[in-house]
Amino acid sequence: MDLRFTDAQPTAAEREAVESVIGPARVDSHQRVRTASNLRIFAKGMQSVADRRHLLLPALEAVQSEIGWVSEGALMHICRELSVPPAEAWGVATFYSLISVDPSPPVVLHVCDDIVCRRVGALELMEGLEANGQTPNTRWLPSPCLGQCDRAPAAYIQRAGEDDQVLVSIDPRTRPIGPDGSVVAANGQQESPAAPQAGQAHLRILRRVGTVNPRSLDSYLAAGGYRALEEAVEMGPAAVVAEVKASNLRGRGGAAFPAWIKWEAVANSPEPVRYLICNADESEPGTFKDRVLMEDDPFSVIEAMTISGYAIGARKGYLYIRGEYPLATRRLRSAIHQARDAGLLGESTRNGVSFDIDLRRGQGAYICGEETALMNSIEGLRGEPRNKPPFPTVSGLFGKPTVINNVETLCNVLDIVADGGSNFASVGTPQSTGPKLFCLSGSVRRPGTYEVEFGATLGDLIELAGGLPEGRRLRAILLGGAAGSFVLPDLLEMPLTFEAASEAGVSLGSGVIMAFDQHTDFGDILARIAAFFRDETCGQCVPCRVGTVRVEEALARIRRDPQPGDLELIEEIDLAMRDASICGLGHTAAIALRSALELGLLE
Amino acid sequence: MDDAEVVILWGSNARAAHPIFFHRIIRAVRRGATLFCVDPRRSESSEWADLWLGIDVGSDIALSNAVAREILANGLENREFIERATLHFGEYAQSVEEWTLERGEEVTGVPAAAIRSLAHTYAKADRAQLCWTLGITEHHNATDNVLALINLALLCGHVGRYGSGLVPLRGQNNVQGGGDMGAIPNKFPGFQDVESDEIRGRFEAAWKASVPPRKGLHLTQMFEAMEEGHLRGLYVIGENPAESEADVNRARGLLEGLDFIVAQDIFLTRTAQMADVVFPAAADWCEAEGTVTSSERRVQRVRPALRPPGEARTDSHIICSLATAMGHDWGLPAAEEVWDEMRSLSPMHGGMSYRRLEENGGLQWPCYDEDHPGELFLHSRLWADPPGGPLAPFTPVEWVPPVDRLTEDYPVRLTTGRHLDSYNTGVQSGSLKSPIRIGGTIDISPEDCSEWGVSEGEEVRVTSRRGSITVPARVDESLRPGLVFMSLHFPEEVDINQLTIEAWDPKSGTAEFKATAVRVEKMPAPVG
Amino acid sequence: MTQPETTETANTVSLTIDGSPVEVRPDATLLEACRQMGTEVPTLCYLETLTPVNVCRICVVEVERNRTLVPACSRIAEEGMVVKTDSERVRHSRKMILEFLGSSVDLSAAEDEVGEWMEQYQADPARYGPQSEPTAAGERGRRHPGHHGEVNGRTAEGVHQPTKVDNTLYVRDYSRCILCYKCVEACGIDAQGTYAIAVAGRGFDARISTEMDLPLGDGACVFCGNCIGVCPTGALMFRSEWELRRAELWDPDAQSVTRTVCSYCGVGCNLELHTQDNRIVKVTSPQDHDVTSGHLCIKGRFGYDYVQNLGDVDRSSIDEVLAAARRPAPE
Repeated sequence: MDLRFTDAQPTAAEREAVESVIGPARVDSHQRVRTASNLRIFAKGMQSVADRRHLLLPALEAVQSEIGWVSEGALMHICRELSVPPAEAWGVATFYSLISVDPSPPVVLHVCDDIVCRRVGALELMEGLEANGQTPNTRWLPSPCLGQCDRAPAAYIQRAGEDDQVLVSIDPRTRPIGPDGSVVAANGQQESPAAPQAGQAHLRILRRVGTVNPRSLDSYLAAGGYRALEEAVEMGPAAVVAEVKASNLRGRGGAAFPAWIKWEAVANSPEPVRYLICNADESEPGTFKDRVLMEDDPFSVIEAMTISGYAIGARKGYLYIRGEYPLATRRLRSAIHQARDAGLLGESTRNGVSFDIDLRRGQGAYICGEETALMNSIEGLRGEPRNKPPFPTVSGLFGKPTVINNVETLCNVLDIVADGGSNFASVGTPQSTGPKLFCLSGSVRRPGTYEVEFGATLGDLIELAGGLPEGRRLRAILLGGAAGSFVLPDLLEMPLTFEAASEAGVSLGSGVIMAFDQHTDFGDILARIAAFFRDETCGQCVPCRVGTVRVEEALARIRRDPQPGDLELIEEIDLAMRDASICGLGHTAAIALRSALELGLLE
Repeated sequence: MDDAEVVILWGSNARAAHPIFFHRIIRAVRRGATLFCVDPRRSESSEWADLWLGIDVGSDIALSNAVAREILANGLENREFIERATLHFGEYAQSVEEWTLERGEEVTGVPAAAIRSLAHTYAKADRAQLCWTLGITEHHNATDNVLALINLALLCGHVGRYGSGLVPLRGQNNVQGGGDMGAIPNKFPGFQDVESDEIRGRFEAAWKASVPPRKGLHLTQMFEAMEEGHLRGLYVIGENPAESEADVNRARGLLEGLDFIVAQDIFLTRTAQMADVVFPAAADWCEAEGTVTSSERRVQRVRPALRPPGEARTDSHIICSLATAMGHDWGLPAAEEVWDEMRSLSPMHGGMSYRRLEENGGLQWPCYDEDHPGELFLHSRLWADPPGGPLAPFTPVEWVPPVDRLTEDYPVRLTTGRHLDSYNTGVQSGSLKSPIRIGGTIDISPEDCSEWGVSEGEEVRVTSRRGSITVPARVDESLRPGLVFMSLHFPEEVDINQLTIEAWDPKSGTAEFKATAVRVEKMPAPVG
Repeated sequence: MTQPETTETANTVSLTIDGSPVEVRPDATLLEACRQMGTEVPTLCYLETLTPVNVCRICVVEVERNRTLVPACSRIAEEGMVVKTDSERVRHSRKMILEFLGSSVDLSAAEDEVGEWMEQYQADPARYGPQSEPTAAGERGRRHPGHHGEVNGRTAEGVHQPTKVDNTLYVRDYSRCILCYKCVEACGIDAQGTYAIAVAGRGFDARISTEMDLPLGDGACVFCGNCIGVCPTGALMFRSEWELRRAELWDPDAQSVTRTVCSYCGVGCNLELHTQDNRIVKVTSPQDHDVTSGHLCIKGRFGYDYVQNLGDVDRSSIDEVLAAARRPAPE
């Protein structure tokens, strides 16, 4: 393509950062490396252009991470190397909130002000930062939910040239970072146990959390790791798919779609090139269960992906993890390397399986948790969801048949293979099989990730988390996350199954159970939810792009001075967003709000 | 074009010169077609190519012959087609025998592997298009260049079939139409021979007038006739030879020496300024009724959208008025009447009534009668059994280097071309306030710039054997050392044709604009 | 799940639209099916010559057994589908989409149908409150995705902003932009292959942008104007049209459109010359002409001044305005 670039050049450090992910400059890039040969012939073609596009986001990420922002020179360098039109690269870079295209100080603090954090000090913390947080070396920004609701309030630090870091359980009266960017209030990451049930004998998915060393393959092997893969290879791919079918495993990401339907479709596809994607872009406000699995049992994620890839005939898997999970990222990367070194991952493993994993980091975009937006993000496009059909099982990543499952969903595959699908199906209820993780947060004594069998009630879960603190009464629960709905204590007896939730007109979503007591300012919570969806919609389709703005405005009017018709207007907008939006974000953006208004939580 | 498997752009930077045609190439490439670009410059078009071959200026026949030999050496020629539909194959095969890949590389500068790749891919393709423009035809041996490409198409049978063919891209909106209508020295409308008594007889009968039985002179011959003193007067319609001729100083001198010049143009061109009489003409494409023919032989209607300014009149109005003044009252026929007369005499336009042109969005000739749909591509008869009409002859062609040799005094090859936003001598595009206009520059490779100590924007002196001009330099990465480039668009600022050579192709009359030997010199620093 | 491979591909697909049976070719979209039977479906981001992006959602229809409405422009017709194009749900979504656009974008120069649909679907953009103040020049172009400013609900936030006038040939008035992606597609993958513009930013701040929000002449733009050719709302406009509108001399009733052939190279592109007062005021190309598919190059679209840049000859009332359009951009 006859692309045009501006004359801006990268610094040596930017060049090096780019090279670290995409390799040395190539003769067929747009750098016009002039050699005796390419002054005479030049071979490029559209295919070689297309083949490198997927490196765009990793290259942007590398510059962001090393330098702290992406300059024009760095952007042009990436574009020349990857043959990406600069306007498109600009469109991609400006899509993600963790990428800055403006000069930035080396330390940027992203302070979560989302539903849970804002109720336990985040607002106070931000007030303090407003007074002294912006220095030549530091900047702070408010952030959507960081997936640390069990250890709120939390902040995520991007630090140029160094590892990112997450601060949790921050004391809001302190300054978390000094003027030079050094961490002042580094509360220990493990202050509260990630999984309060750790070590209990009945656990299935959380069995190894807190008991194995997440940094050690040996520890994982000693705890029975990789036996499921051995068994899977013994059974053969078709039998693995059959067991998953027998297990009736349904997706744990929110949509509750039967996993086997995707697996079978891809396994039977005539197309030889197929992909597996593990969706680890856990960004639904109030959700942190996958983080716990990835941080504390990373090898199980890798093993589960390997089995799934093997079963569906994929040789390549992508693990797409949200950028705000640096610890999980480091542990997974380490796990991938150890597994490769041990011959358990790669082109030909000691089990005869040919499967490798590419870990990709999101860069701050809730929408990339939507499966097709995630695929576009991997491909180096803007994270805009695709219209369906075609579904990913037909035309997914790079246009190939693709299975995409959530972390928790995949981790269940280990037990399904080891114990058999029918054993798995005997747990829970016929339509909601197996164990399930729930994320308890808000007004409970012991927030955290809890595992129960499907069928436990909402009240059971609140009990598991220690009930409400002294003097607090349960006013409402946000079930399923910001895309879920509010329910009142009268649903405490409801079993947490897909079918019971559906009957009650609610959704389990990603397993969020957020408790609110009598002192809650629901107006503030709802305003935050409305703002969240407005911030996080990709902006592609009209109903969602404008609808989320109009909902937020209508809510502001209701909070200030409710007028007749305001509620109906929100209902009308919600209906159009549900009916006409491209993806689930628009379909669910106003549900929590409507439920709260209908339940009278604002009164 | 959309369905071609292989597209070769040879001596054509269609991306800049034929942008909408290039959309088709992009479409084909997106569908998986392989694109080759043969061009001394790594042009905008070349950036889309699967393989760009940076040939030396004027070595096209060498490359073509080497490609042919490689095809033959590997038995990739289309034997069936050659045997059924062509003549003189043996002679041709013999003529290319010496053109090994090594020889090809030596003469063209293109690595043997690239020549081989083009040969094999083109020959093996089911559907392949070979397109060219002025990079092939603005040479002293233009016709031979074209024949060399035709030979390749015949060799592989890439002619006369859907998705395969030879595509000369016309530089102007009605070059094809001018030829169609007989605006060439030896033809009547419909490419009918002036010197054929039978054909001339038909025209004479229809026109009730006698037509000289000899063919006329083409432009280059006219200037020779001026030089020899036979030609003393000139009626110039819509041409600007005082600026567009190669070796323009010589051309201007000859024009000045004429007894009488009539110029008919929409502008007061430099030629018109030299004229004794000027007829202000309407702009045909937007102020007159008529037809034009595009590169794909598609005849389409033009219509008046504006009233011509002042006393300007349409060309037909002027010509008819002139006839009246000379004592022949032709009246002022409507464009459609003129057209209908023409198609009554030109069989290949016979079926193209205005009504049908309107309904079909244009028709491609030949279109013999009002039921004929026109032809999407030509020469399909060669695939008929037996091939209708005469067989297609191979024509062995010899490579001859450009006339203007590179020597120690003139060591640099200057070639010419178009920019996207400009057109020919700029009389039309000059008033377009283009935000991307480069202006008149000499484009130089980064290597030569540093070798000569020249930087971007610096005025340099460019000297050929015929003249010398100063012009700002522009660093251009599409060029290699020893090759410089200029556009023709800005004669008022940069009179490039003072440099170019009036060596012309005896068969077509085209001058060798594409290959001039020059030297480029840094200007002496101003004194004081 | 496996399908017998030997099944012959059916020549047609039968479905029901608004109660009437219709047969269409197998890869036809619902929009094509609707048009085939004369059922009108409004579209904004759809164009025959571009790949459907199905983002405006105005073409949604109801298909039985589908949870949500589906975009007619890109949904392929399936055997036995039962489609409703004018149900309560369909009408509601279309109305809301028109209100969303009307309350956030200046639609005053949009294609005439938009106003007709507003009436047909009883859209009332005013009910969201008065328009927010326009943003300062360049402000929207630098917005970072993530948290936005305070919202009070007293005004309906819109995309109003100063027009970008940065060259002699055309202006970009993104107050009128509905983000239909057509310009991006025409500039990039579907025709021109230049990729000078793309969608940047996210959410309500998503916008059409050059790299770094550069002025057009500093980026990759080659000024083919194919983006103008496909813009449905007048966000992209010939500088000449924009100047005439500003001077209140733009008069569609006094204009005529003449189809002719471009005077430049030999490709034979058809032009539609829009003339007013014996002056060309803009140039388009017919979408259905197979040489151009509606697309032109800089010379064909903008290179007509030489026939009307006439100095003192024949000066008409609009010449001064057109002359202003040839001057460099105002600061």
